[in-house]
Amino acid sequence: MTISIDPQKTNNESLQPKGWLRYFSFSLDHKVIGIQYLVCGFLFYLIGGTLASAIRIELASPMSDFMPRDVYNQVLTLHGTIMIFLWIVPVVNGAFGNYLIPFYVGARDMAFPRLNAVAFWLIPPSGLMLVASYFVEGAAQAGWTAYPPLSITTPQSGQIIWILSVLLLGGSSIFGGINFIATIIKLRRPGLKLMQLPMYCWAMLGTSLLVVLSTPVLAGTLILLSFDIIANTGFFNPVLGGNVVVYQHLFWFYSHPAVYIMVLPAFGLVSEILPVHARKPLFGYTTMVFSIMGIVVLGLVVWAHHMFTSGTPPWMRLFFTIATAFIAVPTGIKFFNWVATLWGGKISINSAMLFSCGFIINFVFGGITGVALAQVPFDIHVHDTYFVVAHFHYIVYGGTVFIIFSSIYHWFPKVTGKMLNEKLGILHFIITFIGFNLCFAPQHWLGLNGMPRRVAEYDPQFQFVNQISSLGALLMAISTIPFLINVFLCVRNGKEAGDNPWNALTPEWLTSSPPPVENWEGEAPLVEEPYGYGKKFSAQK
Amino acid sequence: MTTLDSSKEIQKNNSEVHETHEDFRMFGLITFLIADGMTFAGFFAAYLTYKAVNPLPDGAIYELELPIPTLNTILLLVSSATFHKAGKALLKDKNSDSQKWLFFTAFLGIIFLICQLFEYFHLPFGLTDNLFASTFYALTGFHGLHVTLGTLMILIITWQSRINGGRITSQNMFPLEAVELYWHFVDGIWVILFIILYLL
Repeated sequence: MTISIDPQKTNNESLQPKGWLRYFSFSLDHKVIGIQYLVCGFLFYLIGGTLASAIRIELASPMSDFMPRDVYNQVLTLHGTIMIFLWIVPVVNGAFGNYLIPFYVGARDMAFPRLNAVAFWLIPPSGLMLVASYFVEGAAQAGWTAYPPLSITTPQSGQIIWILSVLLLGGSSIFGGINFIATIIKLRRPGLKLMQLPMYCWAMLGTSLLVVLSTPVLAGTLILLSFDIIANTGFFNPVLGGNVVVYQHLFWFYSHPAVYIMVLPAFGLVSEILPVHARKPLFGYTTMVFSIMGIVVLGLVVWAHHMFTSGTPPWMRLFFTIATAFIAVPTGIKFFNWVATLWGGKISINSAMLFSCGFIINFVFGGITGVALAQVPFDIHVHDTYFVVAHFHYIVYGGTVFIIFSSIYHWFPKVTGKMLNEKLGILHFIITFIGFNLCFAPQHWLGLNGMPRRVAEYDPQFQFVNQISSLGALLMAISTIPFLINVFLCVRNGKEAGDNPWNALTPEWLTSSPPPVENWEGEAPLVEEPYGYGKKFSAQK
Repeated sequence: MTTLDSSKEIQKNNSEVHETHEDFRMFGLITFLIADGMTFAGFFAAYLTYKAVNPLPDGAIYELELPIPTLNTILLLVSSATFHKAGKALLKDKNSDSQKWLFFTAFLGIIFLICQLFEYFHLPFGLTDNLFASTFYALTGFHGLHVTLGTLMILIITWQSRINGGRITSQNMFPLEAVELYWHFVDGIWVILFIILYLL
């Protein structure tokens, strides 16, 4: 049996609003849904960034003087939850995945367009619910990990809203993952082999496998946690015979892969951007594919390295140390491949390229501290200190957010048909890069010297370094201003981009900018070599 | 595999090019069931860990009665077979036979749920009594929720195959096949649950 995907009919195009309004309607077009994900995520990024600024203002002085301690904990919780579940995961997966994957597999839409729209429309209500829970009596304050017994003993109404919101976002994530797997495996254009797919498809396939295998475990865990809170059961409550470490195991079985759910798509996106702006083929395509799958497999078996100090038996510590350190191998392969892609290329210095190179620098730093943290003796020394905070911000901000901006600069001409201003873009990069490193590099020092995380007050000896860090955070907050100005100026009177401003070879550039409703006039082009730069221009036949 | 509609006639008129492709809904359902199975896997892992790491004091250990769950296991296995019969009958265009088998399957599902409720009411422990009781109710309750949803879906497709001269026919088997796969999945989970909860 065959199904006809007819956007004209399924979408009822004549009734759909035109222009900007269509982004506020229930559209089934994968491009519209992608932009909806991106803009929605960016709004939550602004909220989460404001909360981060509040945290850094509080930490600019050793005493708890900017806000009360429990409000500090609530702000911290909301910041972590928003940034992970409402900004990075939806944007690197949902936004770019929805926009690019159908182009890359040569399809006119995702495999399940309605499921796709449902997956997106779960996000704004649950996000708003999460933000609104801040104003409830006793908002969630147990951190984004919601470790019991803290999450059971602190005020409960906010924690329940937090759980419900994360459950809905998890559902959105699972629906998206199912859609991506079906689209990439089943919906490929005839004649397009798996090993001809652009790297981002492979990254999204790996990510979606992680989503499908690990997100349900988090959902089950949070359901048990909500039983503990509402019904007074004792799954994770030691007073009633429960075991908090079981919660940690189940939680990190999702939340460690969540790091790869955030970072693997970023790996894919940077693999798309670097070859275009360095005018060279992607170095080592096959090894890139296998390293992604290696990261997926290893990512599922390393979760307990978050629990080296939770009474983990020595044999388990040994296994998880080795497995964690092994992830450096496929990741290292990818880094050397990216550097080899840049090597000897005709590199054009533009915003997209700068953000990608910034990503490589930051992520190498975050990766090295990650290998250090995988070692049990070192981890026990710096566990729950600012060293860990610095490490994961180097991964998730220095890695993922840099790539989100890089991708926005790279694909903005395709989405809108207009070019962003390069000077403002480079200014954006410089402020972001300096601000980011100023904010998080000193935190390694703080952690090594013993400043604990998640506290509003600290020893006055750390004040100077904390102030440097807060200055960096201020610069990061300022850095969004040139970006927003850039986007608004571009929308008003941006330079026309043309169909293929970067002379790229991947399929999304072989259609008009912005693309028509059905992606292509006529048949989808068959791109056999998406990275064939420097070779004969063999994009279409 | 994928078939793109690219016949020459249609290529002439671009506005008529729409994608037709094979039905991937079964593939999507299988992916979803893998995800759902991972939820159960998480619960099972938690239960087994509790069993191994948090042994209860002697007075708090309950002996579970075996007759009702054994009957339930048989009920579900038989219902899998009757569902299979319904699919076979529909393939041979014997719609009324198919509806009878479907109805019988739903009936077995309802009996299962009644038996489970009967068991709940006659157990000597409640949800919050101790850790074992909590995990027992969480596991069987979550599975019971799946059985409830499955029974509802069977009733819906039975109803759908009756109206409009049969919306579900041998040409449009997907709803029946999807619910059948889901039902077999739920049965399989019950067998695992039965083994680790009642027999171990």
